[in-house]
Amino acid sequence: MMQTIPISLTVNGRVRATDVAAHHTLLDVLRDDLGLTGTKECCLVGECGACTVIVDGRAVDSCLVLAVEADGSDVLTVEGLAVDGRLSPLQEAFLDRGGVQCGFCIPGQVLAAHALLASVPHPTLAEVEEGMAGNLCRCGCYEQIFEAILAAADGAER
Amino acid sequence: MHAFAYERPTTLAEALALLQAHEPDARLLAGGTDLIIRLRDGSARPAVVIDVKRIAELDAGIREGHGRLVIGARTVMTDIAADARVVRHFIALAEAAAVVGSVQIRNRATLAGNICNASPAADTAPPLLVYDASVVAAGPSGTRRIPVDAFFVRSGQTTLAPGEIVTAIELPIPAAPVGAAHTRRTRRRGHDLASVTLSCAVHASGTTRIAYGSVGPRPVLVVDESGVLADPSAGADAKAEVFERVFADARPSPRSMRASPEYRLAMLRVLGGRALATAIDRLARG
Repeated sequence: MMQTIPISLTVNGRVRATDVAAHHTLLDVLRDDLGLTGTKECCLVGECGACTVIVDGRAVDSCLVLAVEADGSDVLTVEGLAVDGRLSPLQEAFLDRGGVQCGFCIPGQVLAAHALLASVPHPTLAEVEEGMAGNLCRCGCYEQIFEAILAAADGAER
Repeated sequence: MHAFAYERPTTLAEALALLQAHEPDARLLAGGTDLIIRLRDGSARPAVVIDVKRIAELDAGIREGHGRLVIGARTVMTDIAADARVVRHFIALAEAAAVVGSVQIRNRATLAGNICNASPAADTAPPLLVYDASVVAAGPSGTRRIPVDAFFVRSGQTTLAPGEIVTAIELPIPAAPVGAAHTRRTRRRGHDLASVTLSCAVHASGTTRIAYGSVGPRPVLVVDESGVLADPSAGADAKAEVFERVFADARPSPRSMRASPEYRLAMLRVLGGRALATAIDRLARG
């Protein structure tokens, strides 16, 4: 017998109520129940960061959070970054600097960067490297991704 | 992931009752950064998962009182690394918490979970050992304090009794100045498990406490009362001789992928020297 549990969480500013299986992760529910497939499933052991979302202001690997644990929390996914169809300055910076090749890791990268800039608005390169250490890019766009983050931080200063 | 029942107690009494009713088929869920991986790969197959994050008595805060710093069982690594009191009194713990996993992991992983998981490579174990921390455990017959050195048994195994829940970690605030440092070796910079993890604390009295992990079934604490390690004027040869005794209990596994035993034993001495130098320097600076 599979137990389902009613949960309610705010996703990208919208309250969502749904019944979840206890063993389904936040990643499963975002993708399969809520249809938000921007969040990617990849390593499933918390090493690659492709499933990064922001829960109550903090970047987490959604593959390591049960959906029931997120009951009552505020979740931001990549779908919530653009406002009225306009990409966020950070997303624009990723495009400008060529930080995107295949794109698979990018939603996680952008959200990790978003959380980093929220807590350290003007990071050094070392702080960017440390803050992004949990996000892997198989295309090897690290240089461009770091440049994009630093550029977005600079842009915010002006 | 296999199906399991999920319980979310809001009081300690409720959690203890659930644990008693379901053990050994229950697992406690704190940050989940270890447990959820094990639930997924099938190496843990509990019938019931008990989420401790909404238990009122288990707070996510850090309190100071009665000469101790008390870190609640729900406190995550990010908050420990950033806490001004941890940085002031227990810098090696702040440094260790800051290198666990990645930002994403540190935002979920708890100190209590890290030590209950009892990985030999746990980064927070060496600082807790050098600072003489205690684990506060609540059980059906009350609360007891377990010195961290008496807590670790081997990988995944602690002296926590069936039915007990860790509610906090306590660190005695040193009465006299202590200089300390944490250091580690990993295969790559950033997000990796330690091939060697080591903390060192030098007391004004001349006592040096060194703890190290990832070189045997459990982290090891060695207390050097000779005064040689703490003495800034002692020669490298004299210190190397003491180090041989300090690291005599290191038994790195030949089967681990992360590093060979020879490399780990060599790096223990290098990291020991570095952490000691930093600790002595910090003690001198006050």
